[in-house]
Parts: sequence; C-alpha cells; structure tokens
Amino acid sequence: MTTLPQSTEKKLGLVIDLDTCVGCHACVVSCKGWNTENYGAPLSDQDPYGKEPSGTFLNRVHSYEVQPDEGHAALVHFPKSCLHCEDAPCVTVCPTGASYKRVEDGIVLVNESDCIGCGLCAWACPYGARELDAEEKVMKKCTLCVDRIYNENLPEVDRVPACVRTCPAGARHFGDFADPDSNVSILTAERGGMDLMPEQGTKPVNKYLPPRERDRSEDVDILAPFLDPIAAEPQGFMGWLDKALTAMPGGR
Amino acid sequence: MHPAPSVIIFSTLSGIGFGLLAWLGFGYPAVTGWTAFAFFAIAYLLAVGGLIASTTHLGHPERALKAFSQWRSSWLSREGVCAVAALLIMALYGAGLVFFGTRWGFLGVIGALLSLGTVFTTAMIYTQLKTVPRWNHFTTPAMFMGYCVSGGALLANQWAEAFWLLLLTAIIQVIVWWRGDTALAQSGTNLATATGLGTMGGVRPFEPPHTGTNYLLREFAFQVGRDHAFKLRILAMVLAFAIPLLVILLPGAGHFMALIAVISHIVGVFASRWLFFAEAEHVVGLYYGKRTV
Repeated sequence: MTTLPQSTEKKLGLVIDLDTCVGCHACVVSCKGWNTENYGAPLSDQDPYGKEPSGTFLNRVHSYEVQPDEGHAALVHFPKSCLHCEDAPCVTVCPTGASYKRVEDGIVLVNESDCIGCGLCAWACPYGARELDAEEKVMKKCTLCVDRIYNENLPEVDRVPACVRTCPAGARHFGDFADPDSNVSILTAERGGMDLMPEQGTKPVNKYLPPRERDRSEDVDILAPFLDPIAAEPQGFMGWLDKALTAMPGGR
Repeated sequence: MHPAPSVIIFSTLSGIGFGLLAWLGFGYPAVTGWTAFAFFAIAYLLAVGGLIASTTHLGHPERALKAFSQWRSSWLSREGVCAVAALLIMALYGAGLVFFGTRWGFLGVIGALLSLGTVFTTAMIYTQLKTVPRWNHFTTPAMFMGYCVSGGALLANQWAEAFWLLLLTAIIQVIVWWRGDTALAQSGTNLATATGLGTMGGVRPFEPPHTGTNYLLREFAFQVGRDHAFKLRILAMVLAFAIPLLVILLPGAGHFMALIAVISHIVGVFASRWLFFAEAEHVVGLYYGKRTV
C-alpha cells in the first residue's frame, strides 16, 4: 500500500552537520560503492570515462556561498540525500505500491520488482532524492543502508549507513529521532537542527545543523600588538646602506 | 520540467479523445450505425493512441498492470482505472449504437462521466505536486477539462457549444499563464528555505555536486527562453482558439473547413501542452541554481 503509516515505531535518520562538513565527497563515494553492489539494482554510470559522464547517485554534495550583511562570505558544503520524510509525498503518488515507508523504522524504500519506472515519485520529491537509473529503469534512492544497519555479519561499528561510517570530519550522525535521548535527538536540540523546505509540508526526519557563528577578528587579536613591524626605518649599517644606495645614480 | 513527447502526445490526444467520448456518451450527436462507428473509431484512435504513447514513458511498461492497484492513494493509479473503465463501458455503449441501433442512455452517461473523470485524474497528477508551484493550483484541472470538453465538442460537431467552450478555455488558458509566471516566487520556496541557510545571509550556488549532468537536471531543470515561450503562447492561442472560432463563425463551413478547425485546434493544444511542461519550474532546480526568482 502506498498510504503512509500513521506513525512509525522508530524514526531512523541522519543528522548532517553543515558546520563540520569539509566537502570532501567521501560520503558520496562510499554510498555509491556500498549501494551499487548490495540492496537492489546497481547504480549505473553512462559514458563514465567519456565526454559526458553521468550516473546514478543516492547522495550528492552541493556547495553554497552565504554572504551575511556584514563580514566575509562563508562557504557551506551541503550533502543531500533522502530525508525519509514523515509525510513523504513520493510514497503516496506511487501507482503500484512499489514506494513505501516502513512502519517499524520509518525508512522510505522502493520495491524494485514493482517499480514501473514512471518517475512520478521523483517529480513529487522537492529534494531531488530519487533518481531513475538509466540502465535498470527503476527508481533508486537512499535506503539508509538498510542492509548494513541490521546486518549481524558486520562488526557492530559498521552497522551504520556507509556515509556515516566513512565521514572523516564526523559531520554525519545516524540514530533514532523517536527516542528523545538518542545522539541525533540531543544534537538536533542543542544545535538547532533544521528542516529543509519546511513549507513543503513533508516533515523531513533528517535534520541539518546550521554552521556555527564564525569567530570575529577582534576576538582573536590579542597578539596583534606584538606582531607590529619592529623598525619602520632601517637603523645603523642598514640605514647607511639604504641612504648610500638611494644616493647612487639610478637610486629611487 | 522536461517536455517529454510521450506525455505531451498522450495528454493532448487522449484529452480530446475522451472529450469526444464524453459528448457521444451524453448523446451528442445522436448517431447510430456507420456514422456512430466513424465517431467512435476517431474517439478510440485518439484516446487509445494517447494511452499507448504514455506507456513509452515508463521504464518497465511490462509491469503496467500493477499500476491499477493503488487507486486509494495515487492519482496516477486512479487515472489508469478510470481510463480502462471508460473505454470498456463506452465500447459496450458504442456497440449498442453501431450494431443494434439503440442508445443505452444509462451506460452512455456512466461512460461519459468516466471519460471526463479520466481527464480530471490526469490533471490531478500534475495539480497535486507541491514541488511544481505552477501546476499546484485548481486552474490546472480547469484548463485540462476545458481543453477536453471544447476539443470534444469540436470533434462531435457540436459547434454552438464548441464556440462558447473554446472562448471559456481560452480565458482559462490566459489565467493559467498569468498566474503561473509568478507561482514559484509566490510559493515561498527558494534557495534560502531549500538550504535552510537564509537566516545567515544571501545564499548563492558555489559549486555543483558534479561536473557533468544527471537525471535530476535532465528531468527537472529544463529552461525555455522567454522570447520563445511568448511566441509559442501566441501560436497556441491562434491555432487552438482563434482559427477554430473563425471557422465556426464562417457561414456554411463544410466538412473540409471543420477538418481544418480540428487540426488547427489539436496543433495548438500540442503547443500549449509543450509549454505546460517546458515552463514548469520544479523546486529541485533551486539546489542547482537553475531558478532565478
């Protein structure tokens, strides 16, 4: 059924810290690497080494420049993947029931053997989280690495989504938003975690932590007096040399 | 949005085909025998031809039967159910007219309502999308229904009705364009809300996620030049409305002139429908800096 569950037992999702993301795209690579050889159809590439490479990705990192009214512009790296919305419009538009939201943990998944590749779910998603694979002709999306997080064949430390496991900056966090004491709930509360496009009414589960305010130059300038040039005018031998050279023909 | 030929052909031809079926179902014109056969053949060619074109849009058309299952929640599923029901009931009704020379009026009315319902559900597939502010408004189904009943009236030879319906549809079309041009700006969705960074300052795309293109850009970031769009709007108005209206007003216009009016109308609707997709701005384009409001 492509109706949404009234509520889900868990609300598994990600917290993405825009303050610490360094824009290295490691999450993009690890996501593609894991998901192209595990759950569902592979993530194909077209013309990968040619003139116009293109391919299916479940996670992409944008970069934006933010110019405040005063001070310097900030560069913000912005990873974007499925937000596993509570009110997911991609699920209700599906004509076949291939798209669904799991009651047990809130993960939004696609049953690929039911997908007719009409693309309407991608039309309904405001975040660009769904991509129709050009080779397999079925809709691909973030599964929150459903084949890792419950996988008892993996060491416990690896039972998180591939993007979270690989992030070298610790900018990605995985957890249960239904539990107010979980790491992700605490992070969201402490750092003012926000929704993307709240006006679209999708109630995203994933939260983004806004960049912290930058240190201002006057706050760190206590050493500045000691860094002034010691002698503006050269003294002694250097002073005589300077005068002598200036007096020579061709001097300034 | 990418103006996919399959969807444009489908919605244009099926819209007019189901429009003609609706008029036939209500008994206008009251035809039987071979004349009825000709009317029904045209209607089915348009409606079914359009539906077949729409299946080429699918990645896996062999699984299309599954699409009838989710009518409780999905407008696309409802459209499929309505279309098949309308075609089946109108086939029975048509058989009565063609082979038995009798009009089973009850069946005709049901079939007509289902035919109108098919076009309405098609329109609702687009109207429901909050992600495309230009479509997310009641004028979208009004426009689809307008084209359906006025094109149908033209084909059904109901010229008096066609005249007023064409005028009404032309007005709706102008309102759709006029409102649509500011819909994205009015929607409140912009790069500031898309990134949540608007509270910090002005947001500007700095680097896209990749150097090449991708599915999202191909499907959602289509942009049409303002000059071209304006010319096509004029062309659509002339072909879809002005020429058919002139033909209707001409005294003693025969079958040949009627054919001109119908063809002109269909070509005009194609232009309008191409613009419907090409001009529609999907909010995901904001992330790629493709929407300057």
